[in-house]
Order: sequence, then structure tokens, then C-alpha cells
Amino acid sequence: MKRSDDLTAMYDSDTPLGDVVLSSRVRLARNISGYPFVNRATPDQLTEVMHRVQVTQIGGAFATGTRWINLASSDETDRTLLFERNLISKHFSEGTHPRCVALSADGCASIMVNEEDHLRAQMFAGGFRLHALVEAMTHLDRSLEKSLDYAYHPRFGYLTACPTNLGTGIRMSVMLHLPALRVLDELEKMRRSAKELKLAVRGVHGEGSDALGELFQISNQVTLGRSEEDLLEEFAGVIVPQIVEYERQARHRMLESDAATATDRAHRALGILRSARLLSLEESYKYLSRVRLGVAVGIIEKISISTINRLLFEVQPAHLTRILTLTPSARSDDRAARASHVRSALE
Amino acid sequence: MTRRCDHCDQPASVHETLIRDGVAQEIHLCADHARAQGFVIPGAGGVTVNISQLLSAAHAAHPTARRSTPRPAKTCASCGMTIAGLQSSGLLGCPDCYRVFEDMLSGLIARAQGGASVHVGRHPEQAACSIDRAALRNRLAKELRDAISREEYERAARLRDRLSTLGTPGADDLDANCDASSQT
Repeated sequence: MKRSDDLTAMYDSDTPLGDVVLSSRVRLARNISGYPFVNRATPDQLTEVMHRVQVTQIGGAFATGTRWINLASSDETDRTLLFERNLISKHFSEGTHPRCVALSADGCASIMVNEEDHLRAQMFAGGFRLHALVEAMTHLDRSLEKSLDYAYHPRFGYLTACPTNLGTGIRMSVMLHLPALRVLDELEKMRRSAKELKLAVRGVHGEGSDALGELFQISNQVTLGRSEEDLLEEFAGVIVPQIVEYERQARHRMLESDAATATDRAHRALGILRSARLLSLEESYKYLSRVRLGVAVGIIEKISISTINRLLFEVQPAHLTRILTLTPSARSDDRAARASHVRSALE
Repeated sequence: MTRRCDHCDQPASVHETLIRDGVAQEIHLCADHARAQGFVIPGAGGVTVNISQLLSAAHAAHPTARRSTPRPAKTCASCGMTIAGLQSSGLLGCPDCYRVFEDMLSGLIARAQGGASVHVGRHPEQAACSIDRAALRNRLAKELRDAISREEYERAARLRDRLSTLGTPGADDLDANCDASSQT
């Protein structure tokens, strides 16, 4: 069995569209009937919900090797690490009510219990793998349903605390690397198109986060009135390939119009990452983004996109602490640790 | 043809049908006028739906909100959620809230969900036999008319397919429709 901190499956974007699509995610929201939603439930009711889910025989990615973490008694670095991997939300990480999370053996899936809804299941994969993720999520959903009575309404579908998640309760998203659209100042056009298509565009860590490293999370906003299959067909079959095509065309135009500048930007960024002794998080995202673009268009060789994808995770504070086995007190300067780790990874 | 805002020459991005005193009135608004009337318009960051604001707008537009003698505020007997609580949190308190506040929620759900108001997709196997077929048929028929009027023909085709699986009206409306539930 793979260790849960061996996240190769999260970094590997060697898939069609993987030059632009960093990773894929599917999220499912469900509530158990007979209980108030999390915002109105008492601590005892929330604890009962936790117990009911924990004793459930869960299939799919959670069939074996599942690790349960009770957030109330967990280590802060662990919580931050899970947040940095998007396996839990900030709201969930910082809550004070009874809540726990199940982590799959491969570290690429989680079930948050008592987030905004009783169940928030998520599955991740590197690159463009939405079809496989939706299939795996359907399997997981069916296995949970055998033991748990979901709150369901014939007209509104699966009931959720917030009406924006009603219906299928499913959200599909991709993390896109869009540096050329940004350089050519065409991001606004993409945002407008996304708005018309009822898509949400967010930064690396979802709602409210900035678009660090020219990375954008794009997800379907509508969850009602479309079947899971239709949502997948529309989002994965039409929308994502279209945005990827915009970015690819922008990359092509950028190279055609000024190849020397594009080459210089990529190599200069690689030089900084290989030489710097202090690197802030923002700086590392900025230069890793430029190097990733250079690798994707063939300006930089001998470095894989997966290495850059991995570093985009590992430059985050809790990851550095875990990787370098630092104690929080020994972490006098994250920037030095980050620069050292990046240098050794890119040698 | 792009429809213009009722109040200026800008393209309309919000389209609503309001029922006032039993009379349906269509309104078409540009982003600025929609905002001024309490509709939430997605920002530059994409579509972000502020349910609290939508709820406030829905409550203000609701006939009971304009009564000179207000009735006691509606409260969900199951969880104690009130309209004020809904407006401040943007979240419902329990599954029963959807029934208690249904009249107020319908419009805002449609706005938040791109015009859709009926679930089309998978459902739990144990819930399949409790679906009210007649109500579902009526909802789907309304969605179908709406889709056709908006010239969304692919969506209309899917809704028509779903309707056809429900059979003819009156046949077995009280019967559980396990056959419809197989549409996963």
C-alpha cells in the first residue's frame, strides 16, 4: 500500500491536457436524514453523526487503509498540511465543533464529516482525470448510501445546507495553469466566458484565495437541473478543453511574437530557483509557474512537469515542516528552508 | 437577438418573471439595475452566489413582507430556523426547512441554479419509491416550457426524456415510481 504522504497520483499530470490542467477534483455534498444540518445541530447530534459515519463500511477508495482524524484532538501542523493539500477546508480546519475527516490510503481522497454538510467527500488526481474521479465518487456514494439515509427531496434532489449545492450535490473542478493568458492580459476574457457558462473561478485554495502562480480553480456552479452525466459531459467534455485551448493558443502566440523574452523568463526563473537562498511562498509560486510554462512549451528540458507540480505543494509551510522534519520552533525562517528544498529538487 | 434592460440601453443579464397580484410580469435588467433592485450579480471572479442577499431580496419581494399587519414570522418546527436566521447565515437549518420555506426559496434557488428548479439526476434507491409522480411531472413540464422558451433545446430534450419515463398523467400517481428511479 502506498504511504499517505506519497502523493505521486496528485502530482502526475501526464494526461491529455496535462500541460495546462494541474489536477482534477470532484466533491460531493450529502446530509443524513433525521438530523439538523451542521449549523443547527447540537454538539451531541454532531458527535452522533460522526459515529454513524465512522462505523459505516465505506467502499471504493476507502475500502482499506482509511485513516480517521478527529480534528478536535489533532496536531495543528497536520491540519495545516491537510488544508494545503485541499483535503480539508479552512473553515473545517479552524472550527471548534465535533468534526472528523477520513483519509484514503493513497492520500488522494477525503471525507469531511460535519463541514457545512454532514458529509463532504472529495477525490483528487493529477492532470485531467475527471471522468475517472466521477466514476470513483459514484461508487463511494453508493457504498455510503447502503448504510446512511440521505436527506433527499423529490424536487430538489440531495438536500444541502446551502441551496447552491442542491440537486446532485456534485462539484467538479480543475486546477488550471494559465500563465500565457495572464501575460497576454487575456484573463479577463476567460473570466467573462466562465461567468457566462456559470463557472466559479477561484485561487489555489478555493473561495477567497488569490490566484498564486497563475493557478486557477474552475468549477461548475450549477448543481440542480442537470444530471451527473450531463454535468460531466458539459464540464469535462466541452468547457475544460475549450479553456485549455485558449491557453495553448496564447502560449503559441507568445512564443511566436517574442520567443527570446519567453525563453529568458523561463530560464531566468529556473536560475533564481536553483540559486536563491531565501524564497518566500509568493516568489516560489511566481518562478515555479514560469518554469512550468517553460517545461510545457519545450523551452526547458530535463525537468518534468510532475516535479514542478510536486514543488507547488511542497513549498507550502506545513509541507516544508513535514518534509524537512522541522519542529515549529526550529523553523526560524521558512524562506531558507524553502529555498534549500527547491534547490535540491531542481539540481 | 440580445434583450435590452428595461431601464436603459444595456444588454440585460437578469431575466425574471414576477407574479404581482396574480399577474405575471417579465423583467429584464442589466447588471447595474439588477444590483440596484437587490439581485446579486456575479463579480469579476466568476459566479459567486450570495444566498444571504438573495434571501433578503426574496423575502422583501414576498407578498407577506408587504402586509401592513405582519403575521408571526415563519419558523421551522424541526430546527427552529427563522427567516431572519436564514438571511443572516444563508444556510438552511435542516431538511424540513426546504418544505417550510419552500415558497420563499423557489425563486432564489432558480436564480442560484441558472434557472433550474427540479433535480434531474441520481437519487437514493430508498427514496425512489416516495416520489410524488404528479408533482414531479408538473415541475418537469414547467422546466420544459421554460427551456423551450429560452431556446435551450438540448436541455429541453433531456427534460422531455425524463418526462417520458414518468408515463401519462393519472395512471399511477399515487404509486411509487420505481421505474423512474432507475434514471441514474
